Amino acid sequence: MSNLKNHLVVPFSILPISIDDPFNLVEIKGVVFLKKNLPVKVPFINYFLIVLIPPCELVSGNRNLGQPFSIGIRFTGFLVAAHQILDIRPIIPVASIYISFFNRIGDAGFLLAIFLIFSHYGTLDYTAVMANASTLSTEMATAISLCLLVGAIGKSAQLPLYTWLPDAMEGPTPVSALIHAATMVTAGVYMVVRNHVLFDMAPMALATVGIIGGITALFAATIGLVQNDIKRVLAYSTVSQLGYMFLACGVGAYTAAIFHLMTHAFFKALLFLSAGSVIHALSGEQDIRKMGGLHNKIPITHKVFLIGTLAIAGIPPLAGFWSKDEIMAHAFVHGYYHLYLLAAVGAFLTSFYMFRLTYLTFYGSSRVDPHVAHHIHESPSVMTTPLVVLAGLALFGGFLGVPPEHGWFHGFLHEVAAPLGAEAHEVGWGVLFGLMSVAVAIALGGWGLAHYMYAIRPQMANEWAAKSPQVYTTILNKYYVDEFYDCLIVEPCKKLGMLWDWFDRHILDRFVVGIGRGTDISAGAITWVEKYVIYAGLNVVGYSNHLLSWSWRKLQSGMVHHYAAIIVIGLALLIHLVLVWFVGSSAADMSIR
Amino acid sequence: MQEELQFGFPILSFLTFFPLLGALVLWSLKDQDLIRKGTLGIASLEMVVASLMLLRFVPETAAMQFAERHEWIPFLGISYHLAVDGISVLFVGLTAFLILLLVLYAWDTVTDRPKAFYMCLLGMEATVMGIFVSIDLMLFFVFWELMLIPSYFLIKLWGPGEQRQYAALKYVLYTLLGSVFMLVGFCLLSLNYFEAKQAYSFDLLDLLSVQIPLSLQLLIFWLVFLGLAFKAPVFPFHSWLPDALVQGPFSMSVMLAGIKLGTYGFLRFSFPLLPDASQHATVVAILMTLGLAAIVYGAIVAIIQADFRRLLVFSSISHLGFVVVGMFALNFQGIQGSLMTMINLGFSTAGLFFLAGFIYERLGHIDVRQCSGLAKKMPLLATFMLIIGMASIGLPGTNGFIGEFLILLGVFQAWWFYGAIAVTGVIFAAAYFLWFYERAIFGPLKESLPAVIKDLNSREWAIGVALSVMIFWIGIYPSPFLRMVNGSVQEVVDRLHPGMATAQQHDSLISVEVTRN
Repeated sequence: MSNLKNHLVVPFSILPISIDDPFNLVEIKGVVFLKKNLPVKVPFINYFLIVLIPPCELVSGNRNLGQPFSIGIRFTGFLVAAHQILDIRPIIPVASIYISFFNRIGDAGFLLAIFLIFSHYGTLDYTAVMANASTLSTEMATAISLCLLVGAIGKSAQLPLYTWLPDAMEGPTPVSALIHAATMVTAGVYMVVRNHVLFDMAPMALATVGIIGGITALFAATIGLVQNDIKRVLAYSTVSQLGYMFLACGVGAYTAAIFHLMTHAFFKALLFLSAGSVIHALSGEQDIRKMGGLHNKIPITHKVFLIGTLAIAGIPPLAGFWSKDEIMAHAFVHGYYHLYLLAAVGAFLTSFYMFRLTYLTFYGSSRVDPHVAHHIHESPSVMTTPLVVLAGLALFGGFLGVPPEHGWFHGFLHEVAAPLGAEAHEVGWGVLFGLMSVAVAIALGGWGLAHYMYAIRPQMANEWAAKSPQVYTTILNKYYVDEFYDCLIVEPCKKLGMLWDWFDRHILDRFVVGIGRGTDISAGAITWVEKYVIYAGLNVVGYSNHLLSWSWRKLQSGMVHHYAAIIVIGLALLIHLVLVWFVGSSAADMSIR
Repeated sequence: MQEELQFGFPILSFLTFFPLLGALVLWSLKDQDLIRKGTLGIASLEMVVASLMLLRFVPETAAMQFAERHEWIPFLGISYHLAVDGISVLFVGLTAFLILLLVLYAWDTVTDRPKAFYMCLLGMEATVMGIFVSIDLMLFFVFWELMLIPSYFLIKLWGPGEQRQYAALKYVLYTLLGSVFMLVGFCLLSLNYFEAKQAYSFDLLDLLSVQIPLSLQLLIFWLVFLGLAFKAPVFPFHSWLPDALVQGPFSMSVMLAGIKLGTYGFLRFSFPLLPDASQHATVVAILMTLGLAAIVYGAIVAIIQADFRRLLVFSSISHLGFVVVGMFALNFQGIQGSLMTMINLGFSTAGLFFLAGFIYERLGHIDVRQCSGLAKKMPLLATFMLIIGMASIGLPGTNGFIGEFLILLGVFQAWWFYGAIAVTGVIFAAAYFLWFYERAIFGPLKESLPAVIKDLNSREWAIGVALSVMIFWIGIYPSPFLRMVNGSVQEVVDRLHPGMATAQQHDSLISVEVTRN
């Protein structure tokens, strides 16, 4: 038991620490970036440190499933706030509601998974759950896995909950680098790998993971083709690369997923920080249509950016080649041809849009705004040093996983990331080399096309865009997914809110006020009744008393003969009554006679 | 019969009547500075004594502690019986804490009749304390009604709204209406006791010792429910809340939003006294529906509110939905979670009302349509608002998460379907708070705002820090608090499900995890 635990704890704790390297570099960079650009330094750095805490907690707190994961999952809120407290650029107000909304949808799914686990096991201790994983029925495992998947999708920006990630690009570059490259978005992948025992028991859920990953990889790559903001291209590239990691999980290549997670951290942090260096050099310009010809003005940035591009495009022997090829080869060898196809097309597009970005930024004629042009300068060494370190990692980091499936990295993760019940597929080197050459051909093909379109015939892209404007604008507007969600979720929610607010003010409150009014009116009615019925009745009694007493007063005149007459009349009446009473009416009649 | 622990000093009587005595002393004072210093002294001493009481409280037991019992009206069985247990002890601390902060808050801001204001505040403290420490139902009822007097004057005299008179009257009438039914319910309980024991009693511990037939339990449950639901307020009995909180002063809003008297009543009386009614299928179905409706309704209405106070009103209706749903999960985690959430709201929602007050003093409104970019002028306020707001939406690491997580866990175990609906509240909570925060606090600076807006002064800073400390303390290390409530929560669960062994769940999930870490 403890042995198992150690195996679980150690690799996963050390691994992200190696990914932590970009963190620290990122952090240094952040400080410099701020010195130059921002009036508010202290809050930024503070918030930045806050941002750093949750990922560290995420990886170090692996004793139980519940808390640390959710900490990691929900800390997006902090991040959103952190990047917005600076608001370097105006934020589209509607965009940010998605960020919270979609992340929380992921959270909700993840919470459900936690509750399902708890209701089945009565504990959330990771080791206890995983040790008894086999007691789950397939249905239960599927339910838990799918709920976990929702959480992973929300966190790792997969279809259909990906729209928040590119919007989070509005923040400063170091934050983007942190979100995209190192940890935050990869937390979803990490979670799937971490709980792969559960996924292995639910083939349906695992297939869903793969398909979502494959489609996202392709889908985000197509959007990346036409974006004009340097950071947005990289953002969609991140979504796409995360798709590869999910695809890897879906085909059971957990080690490859983590391997790609690591290499991606190297080259994407590099790309983001060098993009930040470019933006810094151009005094805040992010539109690649206003760049070009920068290669000799900012040489260091240019070189490291090129290394990053080569790495992500999958040109051997850079880091990205090894990890991406391993994923694709695994998919092919294990018979997931549809996923292989998606990944291959995605790889072609990746290579194309990354080289498009490089050509438009660094080569060709300068399209830089003349006001900005004479400010262009290379960043100070405190900014370029981290870039060089990251470039080294992007160049050589992939060798940790060489040879494919048998590298140091695979041995390192073998204990924890080997799928359950996977039979060994011994594949000949011939097949592997064949697949590698296909991958290289795809990467070079994308490069070649980009070279042709943006270096040899620069007007070609515009011609294509003009030829089919509908397709171009659809992709440029990200397939209108934002608008779709706006119509489908956000607006109805607001409408419902307004309707219920109206209901609260005008129906519910009126109802209560109406009861109050009713009380008021009935009180008035009662008052009226009291005044004009009860009092009147009493008054009648009173007045009749009054009259009666007046007549009685008249009798008491003080004259003796009046009294004598009254006595006589009274006596007569008395006798008459006595006779009627005791003798009967006949006697009375007689007496009168 | 629960055991009772005595304490040498009548500490609960002191907590209840010391503020009242203090208020009387204030009456004789003339100097305004002396008045506020005196009030601060009284509130601080009260806080110190309350902290001492919390320190001496024995955790992990269901015993009634610091008990004081004297005869009051013997022939009706009404006694002066004070005690605290796990259910009420944290509320005592919370009340003292919030009143202390309110005195700090009022220091410079209340310039109109400060003496009367502080007297009302202390009167409020005394009566609220009385509510939480009363074990005798009639004594409880007396404090419950007395509390309306200072509240009425606070809303009527110091409310910033135009319609404060109307709001004050509405609040008092509404609550009175409910409590009449509650009084009838209490009397029925006592009559039932009379049938069994040939003597009247309103003492909770006495009443617990007799059986009540189910039909009578149901009748009493609904009568008491009306009283509690109006006060809580449970959806749809909430329509006094927007008026009282928007028209009333911020001090009143803090108390009404922070001290959850209504839902406390369920745990104090309804569950232990009426266990069969509380788990009657119809009752549970109705209460669950009301709770879930409140969660979704409150959150969605909160999304579109422009006035921050109104947003907070609906957010607290939504949170109360969580509390109700958690309680009626009728299991350990659910009840523990809803108790913790009630305490947490005293830091988060009440804290947001404090911050709303800070903004209101500077701008004269808190309308999101007329302010944006406040972070540039008031970075400290923006920071505190983020911390407290995150607690309000239940970010892990803050207290809100502990309560919410336990509630959802409890509900999910009882009825996964209800749990799945309640989880949607998590989504909406983020939407309404973050959306407001982005528009009002971030974003471009609005030109119509005054050119000079001062950031928080030292008093306001102290309030923010105190709230943040509590938020992170409960969020990161909740064990001490959970240990205090565990025993009594287990007792409530045992009464609900007698004979059902829940020993293995005796320890709270999170406390176990935290101690392990």
